[in-house]
Amino acid sequence: MKRQSVNYKLHAWRLKTMIILVIVCAAIGIISSSFENKNKVGSIESDAAKDSVASVKAFMQVYKVLMSPRCMNCHPSGDVPLQGDDSHIHTMLPKRGKDGKGIYAMKCNNCHQPENLPGLHKPPGNPNWHLPPSDMKMVFQGRTPRQLAKQIMDPKQNGNKSKQKLLEHAHDALVLAGWNMGEGRSLPPMSHEEFVKVWTTWIEKGAYAPPR
Amino acid sequence: MISLNINQKNYDVDVNPDMPLLWVLRDVIGLVGTKYGCGVAQCGACVVHLNGEAVRSCVTKVKRAEGQKVVTIEGLAENSDHPLQKAWLEVDVPQCGYCQCGQLMSAAVLLRENPNPTDQDIDDAMAGNLCRCGTYLRIKKAIHLAADMQRKG
Repeated sequence: MKRQSVNYKLHAWRLKTMIILVIVCAAIGIISSSFENKNKVGSIESDAAKDSVASVKAFMQVYKVLMSPRCMNCHPSGDVPLQGDDSHIHTMLPKRGKDGKGIYAMKCNNCHQPENLPGLHKPPGNPNWHLPPSDMKMVFQGRTPRQLAKQIMDPKQNGNKSKQKLLEHAHDALVLAGWNMGEGRSLPPMSHEEFVKVWTTWIEKGAYAPPR
Repeated sequence: MISLNINQKNYDVDVNPDMPLLWVLRDVIGLVGTKYGCGVAQCGACVVHLNGEAVRSCVTKVKRAEGQKVVTIEGLAENSDHPLQKAWLEVDVPQCGYCQCGQLMSAAVLLRENPNPTDQDIDDAMAGNLCRCGTYLRIKKAIHLAADMQRKG
């Protein structure tokens, strides 16, 4: 009788231990997964490709390009573009307008031609010259790496772009124009080829946002 | 040979396609109302309409205008009686006058797109047209007057 009671107590103790272990493991799983999701700002198909360290490292290179004058000048925090290597407010104060192409007599294409013009201080050219539209401003100016990474991967703030569309966007004609801005203007801090590489790495390794 | 439509008249001009439209207007066709100011799209003295938009002809290559509709100050109104031109006379806007054709062409786009502009709308539309004489206040007054004339027909 006494032996039966001891066996019963031992069995109950084992059962309790197992239940506690299961709960603890589940809790650890949930906590680690939520921590990971907090920093991952895009969905990816393959978990095998995820690498938060490599992804963040690549984004920090991407960030240097996006915050260079050639990219940031047309992603201002206000409604007037920036200008020059010092990113001053655009002379003549042209306004964004609803579609990002300017207003009234101050539309981008009134000065910015379909192509670059020879000579210093001439307006750089592109057939599709514009700012982001007023309902999707895609501001770069003033954003921290973390803020910008999260913004870029948020379809509500990136023009409803999927991961695939974002990957393709690195080859957009207006993005490429950043490396062909006419005489006297500095280039982004790496080649377009290198930019595509870090951009792709950032997204394909999980599109993680840096901690700050 | 490049075919142009300027002030509703057709012209065939034998020029380099990269020549600025302003040079063609002034030196080849002889329409000298449009002025050369800075040559780098900074001052607005050379504004003409290209398909209704206020482009700066000093940086617009003539090939961009090929087969398109160009309007200069000479063609803004048949008898120089655009409400803006009448208002400009009424308010006596110009001092030296050099920038005024560009001012009028920019203002015409504003009034077409916004028949009842506020002071802020006028500032936004005209900020790219410089006037070394400082006639800005009279320009603003004349645009309001022209808008009023336009509304009353």
